[in-house]
Amino acid sequence: MTDLKLQRVIKRYGDDQVVHGVDLDIREREFVVFVGPSGCGKSTLLRMIAGLESISDGDVHIGDTRVNDVPPGQRGVSMVFQNYALYPHMTVRENMSFGLRNIGTPENEIRQRVDEAAAILRIEPLLERRPRDMSGGQRQRVAIGRAIVRQPKVFLFDEPLSNLDAKLRVQMRIELARLHRQLEATMIYVTHDQVEAMTLADRMVVLRDGRIEQAGAPVDLYESPCNQFVAGFLGSPSMNFLPASVTDHDGNGVWVDLAAGGRLHVPRDASRVSRGDSVTVGLRPELVSPADDGVLSGSLDVVEHLGDQTLLYVRLGDDSTVIARDEGSSTHAAGDTVRLAFSDDACHLFDGDGRACPRLPHAAATA
Amino acid sequence: MATNSTSAPAAKGVADTERRRPRLSPDTVSGYGFLAPFLIVYLVFLVYPLFRGFYLSLHQWDLLAGPLGWTGLQNYQDLLTDPTFWTALGNTFYFVVLTVPLTTVLALVLALALSKPTRTNAVFRAIFFSSSIVSVTVVTLIWQMVLSPSRGILAQALGTVGIPPLDWLNDQHLAMLALVIATVWWSLGLPLMLFSAGLQQIPGDIYEAARLDNASGWRTFRYITWPALHRTTVLVVLIEIILHFQVFGQPFLMTKGGPAGSTRSLVQYIYESGFRDWHLGYASTGAMVLFVVMLIASLAQLHFSRKED
Repeated sequence: MTDLKLQRVIKRYGDDQVVHGVDLDIREREFVVFVGPSGCGKSTLLRMIAGLESISDGDVHIGDTRVNDVPPGQRGVSMVFQNYALYPHMTVRENMSFGLRNIGTPENEIRQRVDEAAAILRIEPLLERRPRDMSGGQRQRVAIGRAIVRQPKVFLFDEPLSNLDAKLRVQMRIELARLHRQLEATMIYVTHDQVEAMTLADRMVVLRDGRIEQAGAPVDLYESPCNQFVAGFLGSPSMNFLPASVTDHDGNGVWVDLAAGGRLHVPRDASRVSRGDSVTVGLRPELVSPADDGVLSGSLDVVEHLGDQTLLYVRLGDDSTVIARDEGSSTHAAGDTVRLAFSDDACHLFDGDGRACPRLPHAAATA
Repeated sequence: MATNSTSAPAAKGVADTERRRPRLSPDTVSGYGFLAPFLIVYLVFLVYPLFRGFYLSLHQWDLLAGPLGWTGLQNYQDLLTDPTFWTALGNTFYFVVLTVPLTTVLALVLALALSKPTRTNAVFRAIFFSSSIVSVTVVTLIWQMVLSPSRGILAQALGTVGIPPLDWLNDQHLAMLALVIATVWWSLGLPLMLFSAGLQQIPGDIYEAARLDNASGWRTFRYITWPALHRTTVLVVLIEIILHFQVFGQPFLMTKGGPAGSTRSLVQYIYESGFRDWHLGYASTGAMVLFVVMLIASLAQLHFSRKED
């Protein structure tokens, strides 16, 4: 069984530490996505697993082997690069065969494995072409094909779709999901695109500044982010954050006064906050909609008609902006004064340090 | 009214054809304007002398007295039957055949060795390049000192391991080798820079892919680096061929073409015909032959490199 373990993995460049003791277990056949903003260390972590970056401290195990000092080619991993990294002077077939030739695989087996991979990716007609004669999407397929023929224990993808146009990206995303099912392989995927992360991942690992912020199933992370960073990073448009202060507790949560005006009851476990504390209320835009009896009130700044829905950017009394969702046929216009409503359950609550206050057990049960 | 209605479409037709015909648009004029400085220099200093040289080669022409009459191909016949010319041509070929591959391979090896972007490597590259900016006079002086059998550093170095000093520049077999060594040392900088630039053009992730593909150092070079440097190599070899067929300063200053004419190059032969013997027409004939030889060598190199591509 090939699982992959990272234990207190640290990366330093000189005195500059960029990955700070990451612990992570990846199960066999799991599709794990590292996601985070630029510079969060996600690519570095992937490259450390690949062996392209040295491990300054901590251990990486693939299966039962500690691979810290194992050369990249012998770790049983394949990698798909952002810029494809195809060998420009070789045909597609030669590109895919190169790794197998290097380890002395018999020619008939090479041919067979290349043909199989080409069939899976539907690139048979391209086999005699050179990279420069192919489109970006075709090159990326070849790069994936090159990874497949080596029959690795772990596939590593470093932002493989970021150079493709939007339509092709969606298409390749679906194909990668299909490929994962078909190959039953362990895959680790790095992206800064949270839609890719949400749709592909069995498990998502959100990174910031070289640390894991939260790991878990995409829906869990979306619904129960552990802090304000994860909450804001996942979701598009991103979560609204409203500054507030705590005025009262009760057994069912906490009462807060919003800086923008209005008093709310938030059904969250607020044992960590006390009266007078500054907190932040988080609201997903899709759970906020215009209503005459809404708690929040402001002037409509921008209206974005997206066809199936309309996004309303509402400027509140304290000059903060809240994004709300209305139906596609919304008749609101910029400059209107609107009131916004949402259910108490929709509210997330973050303490002064940005940590999420968990849902109350019974609230979760009733939800 | 009737004339108006018929002439209008006709005028339009004329305007259309005028628009289609390529004319001196402001862009074209400014384009030629920008080209002019180069074109003028090119025509005056390269194209004109080439044809002028050919014209001279068909005449008996004295350096001071000027034209002494049309001789047709007589100069060519004289040249091709002169054993000194053939020796000089042979020497030049020998020099080129040794220098070009040696410089190319050495520059490539050094470029590979210094390819990592460290400060030390940058310093080394600068050091290797620095010899190129020295004039041929200085180069020959340095190497005359290095090769001197009595005081030279080479003789002393060989002496420490018991090898008797060699009189490089006065030995028929060693003199050309000495010139080749000095020339390689002198002309290494540019090819080194070109190869270094070529190496920097190769994307790093290809090498990372090769590492993941278990490629050995040799296979990485053979299948990734070398093919990627193909164009650079063609350029380097071409520049070297053109440069070294014109070798003159090194033999002229270090050996005067000796001993026994063993290092006399074609350009020295031309120089001697023109400026020692004052036979300008005959010297031009030699220059024409050199031009044709270099043209053939360059075309052959281009032809073979295209085939390889």
